[in-house]
Amino acid sequence: MNQTVVSYLAQYEFFDSLLALFGGNQGLLTFVIFMIFCLAIVGMCATIGGLGTYAERKISADIQARIGPNRVGPYGILQFLADGVKMMTKEDVMPFSADKFLFYLAPMLALVGVFATLAVLPFSTGFTLSDMNVGIFYLIAISSLVGVSVFLGGYASNSKWSMLGGMRGASQIISYEIPVTISILAITLLAGGMGFGTISAHQRGLPTNWFIFHNPFSFIAFFVYFVGALAETNRAPFDLPEAESELVSGYHTEYTGMRFGFFALAEYIEVFVVCGVGAALFLGGSNLPVDLSFDIIPLQLVEVVIFMTKALLLYYVVIWIRWTFPRLRVDQLMSICWKYLTPIAIFNLVGCAIWVVLFNGKSVAQLLMGGGH
Amino acid sequence: MTPTSFDGLMPVVIFMGIAVALFWGGHFASVLLAPSKPSHLKSTPYECGEQPVGSAWSMFNVRFYVVGLIFIIFDVESVLMFPVAAIFRELNDMGQGAYALIIFLSFISVLIEGIAYCWKKGDLDWVKSFQVSHKKRS
Repeated sequence: MNQTVVSYLAQYEFFDSLLALFGGNQGLLTFVIFMIFCLAIVGMCATIGGLGTYAERKISADIQARIGPNRVGPYGILQFLADGVKMMTKEDVMPFSADKFLFYLAPMLALVGVFATLAVLPFSTGFTLSDMNVGIFYLIAISSLVGVSVFLGGYASNSKWSMLGGMRGASQIISYEIPVTISILAITLLAGGMGFGTISAHQRGLPTNWFIFHNPFSFIAFFVYFVGALAETNRAPFDLPEAESELVSGYHTEYTGMRFGFFALAEYIEVFVVCGVGAALFLGGSNLPVDLSFDIIPLQLVEVVIFMTKALLLYYVVIWIRWTFPRLRVDQLMSICWKYLTPIAIFNLVGCAIWVVLFNGKSVAQLLMGGGH
Repeated sequence: MTPTSFDGLMPVVIFMGIAVALFWGGHFASVLLAPSKPSHLKSTPYECGEQPVGSAWSMFNVRFYVVGLIFIIFDVESVLMFPVAAIFRELNDMGQGAYALIIFLSFISVLIEGIAYCWKKGDLDWVKSFQVSHKKRS
């Protein structure tokens, strides 16, 4: 059964009066509620993406002992709006030898792929737009569209830099999908389900119940996931597809104006999504530290705040890493993925499977406290 | 109200629709706002200011193809493992844990065998495998 935000709201009394307002048309009401929530989440994520570019510059400025953007608005916080306006008023240039259809398709696919992942992101137990029973599996599948768009963007431009960046991007994204998928498999195994609701329900309560502290293997799995996710979103130190010192700007060299803006927006939202998934899978998601027997809507908002705090803290770490580590070489990139991360991820998976059988799925904390439950 | 199975998919479609609408909205906004003075030189692919030589759609390093092949093998195997992982706990609660573990491990051992084979063949090295195969040929 697929739990959705509509079926969550349906348990409250005001839902019936809403239904009466729509003349009893359940399908229409469902659509309207979904539409409102989708637009709210897109607006929020676009703001997070925009503020992400600002945060990136401000944090990099701090790290490099500069001031950073400080002209537009207080402390330069409106810089991303100024950037957006600037991108919109820039001339759109397309190389004459480009494949026009694919050139348009690539940034659109990036946006579609990233936005579609937002549908299953568990902002809170009730406000998950759609808690599919194949949640994490769907997320892995649909986010591959971003890899396709990176490659298409590089290919369609018919420019050497773009082509090199697109090729590198495609091979990097598909390579790092393996350790990420296998790390997520380990969590699926511990939670006994692929839905975010199931995974979140297993981590209810104190941080000792989080999957990152469940057993030594899942502790390592988190770091494998995080490194792989960095590479999948083309973040430094894995930003080879857009390495500016060697490839000009990689797969979006030929993209100007709004189309470039969409690539950037998709990238920043994707970073937020992978941070959110990391928080949901390993760091307890949106669970409150205490178990409450009642459930009201303000409580759900608190859960949203908890989830966002965890995700944004990871976001900060991602930016921090970018300005701390130097970029890798291509051969180092491939050997890290295939010779280190993938074997470690498989080791974690085997370890988790054996742990579940040996200790009947109990976490370290539960074992130490004597049986638990 | 009980949710039907299609309710869960509606946000996916809505999000995709929003993405497409946002893309075309941004596109038409920039058509209206941005200047448009196309010229031949402006639309040449960027090649550090030189005249572009040939097309970028040319032969490419075969390494990327090998990486793609390895990826497909591993991806399909991990896809096949997902259902097993999802019900592994259930099997364990039913007392079939050891049985499921043996089957699971034997499947993973095929995966490990695949990695070991690729490693041995030098397909996981970015540069080295070329030197190996070059030596064999000469």
